[in-house]
Amino acid sequence: MIVQRRGLLKAAGALGAVLVAGLLKPIAALAATWNKEAFASKSAADALNRLGTPGAEANSGIVIEAPQIAENGAVVPIEVTSRIPGTTSIAVLVDKNPYPLVARFDFMEGALPFVKLNAKMGETSDVRVVATAGGKHYVATKEIKVTIGGCGG
Amino acid sequence: MAGPMKMRATLAGGYTDVRVLMTHPMATEQQTKGQPHFIQNLTVKVNGKTVVEGQISQAVARNPVFSFRLSGGAKGDKIEVSWLDNKGDTNKTETAVA
Repeated sequence: MIVQRRGLLKAAGALGAVLVAGLLKPIAALAATWNKEAFASKSAADALNRLGTPGAEANSGIVIEAPQIAENGAVVPIEVTSRIPGTTSIAVLVDKNPYPLVARFDFMEGALPFVKLNAKMGETSDVRVVATAGGKHYVATKEIKVTIGGCGG
Repeated sequence: MAGPMKMRATLAGGYTDVRVLMTHPMATEQQTKGQPHFIQNLTVKVNGKTVVEGQISQAVARNPVFSFRLSGGAKGDKIEVSWLDNKGDTNKTETAVA
């Protein structure tokens, strides 16, 4: 009976999910937190929702230093400073990358809200930086033009 | 897989500048046909206290270089940076502020 087969498949699927969850556990325990859902998001808005930072308002206190034109998308230097007092975290996103979220940093114990990193960019895109300060979220963007993409290698 | 790391920590005007290089392929899903290999977590500690926690994706360039700034700081402070990738590899390096 087809109905029974459905049931069996469902049961098998559920069992598989449990097994996988069990296998992944040791790694998860070893890891600090890594926001899998946010990093798997295919749009910047989704990623920000999943980071818990939706509806950020534009703020000129976030300074993005990056070249206007990046010749090589495989290595695009991006420097971010937040001048917003009490900034505790900074997220960097490249809107048009397959997975826009590049990195997220939490700052504590006297670390300044500053980070410089090299990102890969598949194509010309806005770079979006979201800073969190005092439970509020702020955003700034800057367009970087890419002449050679960096995601395919 | 865990290649060498390099780090330099220097006192600048009012803050400590930490620059760290990690040796890692940072291979994306596209480059590897669905078997990405990249660093996911990195931690910066000063004298044993965590000051920066980072989560990063495959969109960080190969052999990642990061700079961080720590307010204040003194010569001899011990800075430790460690990372963990999606396959469970890990590495760390330590240096004193110069």
